[in-house]
Order: sequence, then C-alpha cells, then structure tokens
Amino acid sequence: MSLRITDLKVDIHGRPILKGVSLDLRAGQVHGLAGESGSGKTMTGLAVLGLLPHGARTSGAIDFDGRNLLDLPPKELNRVRGGQIAMVFQDPATSLHPMLTVGRQLTEHMRHHLGLGRAEARERAVELLGKVRIPGAAEAFGRYPHQFSGGMRQRIAIAVALACSPKVLIADEPTTALDVTVQAGILRLLRGLCDELGLAVLLVTHDLGVMSAVADEVSVMKDGLVVETGPRGRVLREPEHPYTRALLDSLPESVREERT
Amino acid sequence: MSLLTVDDLVVEHRTPGRPVVRAVAGASLTVAAGEVVGLVGESGCGKSTLARAVCGLNPVTQGAIRFEGQPVTPLGLRRRKLTGIQMVFQDPYSSLNPRRRVGDQIADGLRVAGDTASVPEDLLERVGLPRDFAGRHPHEFSGGQRQRIAIARALAARPRLLIGDEPISALDASAQAQVATLMRDLAVESGAGLLFISHDLSVVRLIADRIAVMYLGKIVEVGPTAEVWDAPRHPYTQALLRAIPAPDGLGVLPAELAGDVPDPADPPPGCRFNPRCPQVMDICRDKEPDFGPVACWLHEPA
Repeated sequence: MSLRITDLKVDIHGRPILKGVSLDLRAGQVHGLAGESGSGKTMTGLAVLGLLPHGARTSGAIDFDGRNLLDLPPKELNRVRGGQIAMVFQDPATSLHPMLTVGRQLTEHMRHHLGLGRAEARERAVELLGKVRIPGAAEAFGRYPHQFSGGMRQRIAIAVALACSPKVLIADEPTTALDVTVQAGILRLLRGLCDELGLAVLLVTHDLGVMSAVADEVSVMKDGLVVETGPRGRVLREPEHPYTRALLDSLPESVREERT
Repeated sequence: MSLLTVDDLVVEHRTPGRPVVRAVAGASLTVAAGEVVGLVGESGCGKSTLARAVCGLNPVTQGAIRFEGQPVTPLGLRRRKLTGIQMVFQDPYSSLNPRRRVGDQIADGLRVAGDTASVPEDLLERVGLPRDFAGRHPHEFSGGQRQRIAIARALAARPRLLIGDEPISALDASAQAQVATLMRDLAVESGAGLLFISHDLSVVRLIADRIAVMYLGKIVEVGPTAEVWDAPRHPYTQALLRAIPAPDGLGVLPAELAGDVPDPADPPPGCRFNPRCPQVMDICRDKEPDFGPVACWLHEPA
C-alpha cells in the first residue's frame, strides 16, 4: 500500500465538499478517479498535497509511509510535497512558469529536496527530458515553456513532477487540454512510467475512454462521495451503481446506438 | 445550390516582425440548408479561423465565401444586414455579457430578425431551460446552461446558417453530447445549416451528416459521416480515429501519431502531412495533392 485515504471529509466555510472519501493507491498501479465536475475529484487530489483553498477544514486520514498527511506540520509536509508526492495539473500553459527556463523549473526542487549540486541536477534534468521524450533534451533545458507545443509542455510538466523520484503521482486531468493524437502519447508515457518506476498514480479524469485505456482500478465520485470502486474491466463493463451506468450511457457512443 | 460555399479560401495572419502565418491555405467546403457538417482537426489546424472568416470576423486573403450566392463581407463597425449567419462561441463564460440579463441578450437577436411575435422566454424553452431564467444574469448558471443560453441567443436571430466554434469543449463530459444534439436538432428543425467545429470526433460523429477533416489549413478528407468513421481513407483521418480511447474497459492504449503539427508559417513541401504519415511515398514530398474528396496520393481520382 502506497497511499491510503480513509474517510476524508473536507468542508470549505461550512459547505461540505468531500463527505467521506476512501481510496487506496498501490505502487505500480494507476487508480482512475471519475465523476462530473463539482463531484470533488480535484479536491481529493489537492487534499493529498495539502493544497486545499483557505478556510478548508479536513477530517479523516491520508496515510503515507506510516504518517497521516493531514496532521503533518507545514515544514514536514513541504518535505513530502514535490519530493515523495508530486502533481501534474490540467493545463500545462498555466502550470509552468512562463518566465523561467525549463531547466530552472526542473532543477530547482531537485536541488532543494535531493540536495544535488548544479551540475548533477542539470545532468539529471536532461536525462528526465529524454525519458519523457522531448527531442533535443540538452537544448530544451535552456528554453522557455512558450517555445514548446501543448503536448511537449505537458511532457515537461510530467518531467518536473518526476524529478525527485516521487512514490505517488497525482495527475489532475492531464490530457483534457490536449488533442486526441497528443493525448495518446501522454497516456502511453504515463502508463510506461508507472510500470517502469513503480509509481502509484491517481489519475483524475472525466473521460471514461482515457480511464479505460490506462487505469487499473477505477473509482467513481458523485457529490463528494465515492459511489463505486473496482477493477477497470468490471466498473466499465458491468457497473453496479446506477450513477456509473448513467455516466456510461451519456457517452456519444451509447447515445448514437439508441438513436439508430 | 448550397447555402454556404467556401471556395479555395486562404486566410493569413500577419504580425509585425513575424513571418506570415497562413492559417487557412486553400480550403473548400459547402454546407447545404438543413445539413450538419462537422469540421474536425487538431488545435492549430485553422478550423476556428475558417469559421471566423465565414462570419466575416477575419479578413480573407484569397478565395471566396458565398452565403446564399452573396459574398460575405468583413464585419465592420456599421450595422450589419447579413444576420443570416450566427455563431456560438467556444467559451460561454466570455461570450455572454455578464452585466445584462440573459433575456435582454436573447431579445437582441429577436430585434435583429424583426421578430415581434416571440419573447425570449420561448427561446429559453426551446433550448430546454425554464422560462423564468430570462430575468437572471449569466453568473447564475453552469457552463452547460450558459452554452444553452448562447445557443438561444444565436437562434433568436433566425439564422439560416448556424456556426458552432468548439461550442462544447468548455463543457462537462456529461453535458457535451446533450448540447451537441440540441444544436443539431434545433438547426435541422428550423431548416438552417449547421457548421459544427470540434476536435472531438466522437461528438461530431454523433450529430454530423458529413465530416470534413482539416490538417494544417487544408481540408484533407470530406465524406458522409458513416463512411469517414467506418472506412477513413486519408492516413491522417485514420490516425485521428485510432487515437480515440474506447471506454470498453479493456485497457487498450490508443495508437500514437508521431511528431507534432508543423508550424503553419513554414509548412513542409509537398503533402502537408508527409513528415508524420506512416504511408509516405516519394511523390508526397514533392507535390501537394490538391484534389478531393480525399487529398492524398493514395486516393488520386482517376
């Protein structure tokens, strides 16, 4: 067990957002989290990293390495965040800093968390860029985010997340802003990295096609609760909960079949 | 005669100090009354520029756009006579005026069409919203509801051609299919043509009669929806379709199309798809296939 969320409750200014979410992430597995927007998928991801908005109150437990992340003092949490647990955001155009070079964004946290020297960090950064298949990794190191396409930027964002060899990666809609052709590449990359590095990945997405392609386990959320969890094949083929069924039925594929 | 004819359209974006970007480089397309045409392609391929040019929002460099036989003139500051083309924009968070009631915004369209018989409430009802929403402001609605309001506003002007520029990409997955089918039904019901632009092939397949696939400023394949979906002929269309992950629970990773979309300011010589094409031949690097309906040397008309 890599990360376990038990009965996580979050409310913001008295308004309940999560009403008791439980999830288990395992090393080397992709855990998909599906649901409509507003169902609390993103909040679950943010809670793990302690990035909830101001005024949020939490209860429950997020166990990682024998510690409850919700109780950690900020200093300790900073050591975990970006080091052992990393996150990839939806829009690579806004999640990368536009005025810092790719190299700077890749090495800054490495030097802080891992205590690497400048040259070592640079070497590792170039290696990482190669791993996420950025062509011309050495030159890419000195360039700025705007010089890359959307797909390449998301690859860089993934490289930034992987820089400190995290055990857990939280990917919040990592392909939603991308074209299908580019999405295919990112999904293959995520799956490959998960298998190769033994990462535990929490993949937040509303796209059940994406879910079906890479997730091992699937959880479906509705109104701040997980309504169904199970292996991918079972949840997508024989959903038990009516809401999962409704989600599947609302896909263009099935609507089409009804019409014809 | 077609309602809309786009003939060999070229649209260029000029920025001082930068090379000229040919966003649309010789695209031809027709839309008939009561027909739904889906225009798909990756981001940056020029599909939005094409739509904006059809509305007169982008100046045309070369080629012609004719609507009901009349050329479409660029939209200026003067009051416009051509209200037969209406557009639904991508982002309903910025396309609705946040300071006016939605009923008033819909009434603008009615006034333009000289329609005194209908009230905004009727249009709200047609897009599946309660009549009493007319007195509220846009911030009170969700993305899906706002897009419905934007559709109601476009329909109020009684368009003969409705254009949707990625009208569903800002919406929730669950609302996408609903809004797309709503647009189709309303357009077809009123006898108008619909040009529906999206990068999501699975939604376009759901509503379009014909699909046009665009790549780097050119239309590479046009055909009836079922034909394009079941037997795509252009290698690019094939790659696009293979990249869509199916929600079948089998864990099949979608096929990847190598490389990135080239810079439209500096397109590759010959066929524009040749650097990424898995079936590239010698002729593809030298000569551009400028024929239809499938612009590919593998499918050269006899």
